[in-house]
Amino acid sequence: MRRMAATLLAVLFLSLPFFAGDFYINLASQILIAAIFALSLNLLVGYGGMTSLGHASYLGVAAYISALLTSRYGFGHGPAAIISIAGTTAMAAFFGVIALRATGLGFLMITLALSQVLWGLAYRMSNVTNGDNGIAGLTRPMPFGISLDSAAAFYWFALLVATFAFLMMTTFVSSSFGSSLKGVRDQPRRMAALGFNPWMIRWITFIYAGFWGGVSGLLYVYYNKYIHPTSLSTTSSAEALLGVIAGGSGTLGGPVVGAALVLLLKNYASAYIERWNMLLGLVFLFIVLVMPTGIVPGLSRLATGLRRGSR
Amino acid sequence: MTPLTSDYALEVIDLKKAFGGLVVTQSISLAIRPGERRLIIGPNGAGKTTLFNQISGDLRPNSGQIKLFGTDVTHFTPYTRAHFGLSRTYQIITLFSGDTLEHNVTLGLLGLRPSRWQMWRPLSFYGDLATEARRTLDAVGLLHLAEHPVSDIAYGAKRRVELAMALAQRPRVLLLDEPLAGLSNTERSQVKSLIASIPRETTVIMIEHDMDTALDLAETVTLLNYGRVIVDGDRDAVIADERTREVYLGV
Repeated sequence: MRRMAATLLAVLFLSLPFFAGDFYINLASQILIAAIFALSLNLLVGYGGMTSLGHASYLGVAAYISALLTSRYGFGHGPAAIISIAGTTAMAAFFGVIALRATGLGFLMITLALSQVLWGLAYRMSNVTNGDNGIAGLTRPMPFGISLDSAAAFYWFALLVATFAFLMMTTFVSSSFGSSLKGVRDQPRRMAALGFNPWMIRWITFIYAGFWGGVSGLLYVYYNKYIHPTSLSTTSSAEALLGVIAGGSGTLGGPVVGAALVLLLKNYASAYIERWNMLLGLVFLFIVLVMPTGIVPGLSRLATGLRRGSR
Repeated sequence: MTPLTSDYALEVIDLKKAFGGLVVTQSISLAIRPGERRLIIGPNGAGKTTLFNQISGDLRPNSGQIKLFGTDVTHFTPYTRAHFGLSRTYQIITLFSGDTLEHNVTLGLLGLRPSRWQMWRPLSFYGDLATEARRTLDAVGLLHLAEHPVSDIAYGAKRRVELAMALAQRPRVLLLDEPLAGLSNTERSQVKSLIASIPRETTVIMIEHDMDTALDLAETVTLLNYGRVIVDGDRDAVIADERTREVYLGV
């Protein structure tokens, strides 16, 4: 049953470009990118108990590094991608040292402050970043000589990366390290008494989340062929956080569903309703009131309840 | 750091700890031999748990020294001390309530193994962990509940899970903070025989208010009051001591 559902889902995902128009294919690509981003944030929020309000830093910095290297310094996409991911991961290691001096609200404030610094830099350092104009005229890479310029080609590329990212992060949280992480989230003091190093466990997770945030940033800049300081803004971080919480933090499917919901509302509903932000707010209010743990845990509880009821 | 051969499993030398103006441990010195069963008693607020928190590393003393088997561990982190063979339980139950009993004990085992850093293999890959966890749960009489989450089980059983987590680590020094607190008579005798069955390789230091049960388990007793050691020595000598009656037994 479960395997059949998974196969059906895989077929649906793979064959989407054959029956959907470009608008929907592009929307699906955006959802995939947002899903990787949300999954990486979920490692911190859901599995590590570290609520970050600055995760857009990793998406934005990876995107900016790639954009600058390819457009201004004549790098090829391959080396640019490697440098951008390595740079973003190193930045996560550095930011982690600063942010993990605190937990809870303090941690949230530090991540917010650090991301604000980067956002300010992107805006003000206009000789490098082009400021409010952003960097336009970017290209997409051509892995193995395959052009990603069509909506379908890019979608399959994003699907490949997203699937890999999903599998890697799933493996991460179900590994013994993942158990250590969840333990540190629930009872840090007990974990230390048992021989675990809570700080190191959190730091490694922070770096790993930064790495995948960077990967989503690369896809983001490839997709848009353009980068603007708003990608580094608090709104961008907060949207992802909302998606994670609405979908169900600490679950594997939750962030994917949440990211999809945010993007669908943003892209689809905004065509019909001018104040789509208000609609977004109402939807989140509804979710928080009806399913406080998120859509995925809420629905699965509902499903088990129905199954039990029908017996 | 060459391991010095020491006569003592745990030495506490002139330990002082104050929270602001409130002095909690004034000057505590203890010397406990390997394999000893030591009971620490004293009225509420005598500084017993604060002493434990300093030994385990949760609190840093203001001054003084803590030695494990001759090595000065005063500045070691709690997890380094755990790898040094120190284990503890908590007065207030501190378990992973959403996880199964088996997973709780598994975490105790994982804490001392390098595989806790393994990121690419599922936890279930390490079958020996699960086997060992089940063996420990069997030893505390909870094997039948292994698959249940901690939140589902009764308070008395939780106390035994606390103990199982620590025992699974096969510690050289075990700190038990009120292991009998809040238990019924039946549970009390279960836990008592459990503590009595701890092998002699483990030095056991226990805080307990239930004197009837605890005194049977102890060989030596330390009486604390107002953050000081009042009497210290063999069980019978301490009980017979006038100062013990004065401070604790209220006679």
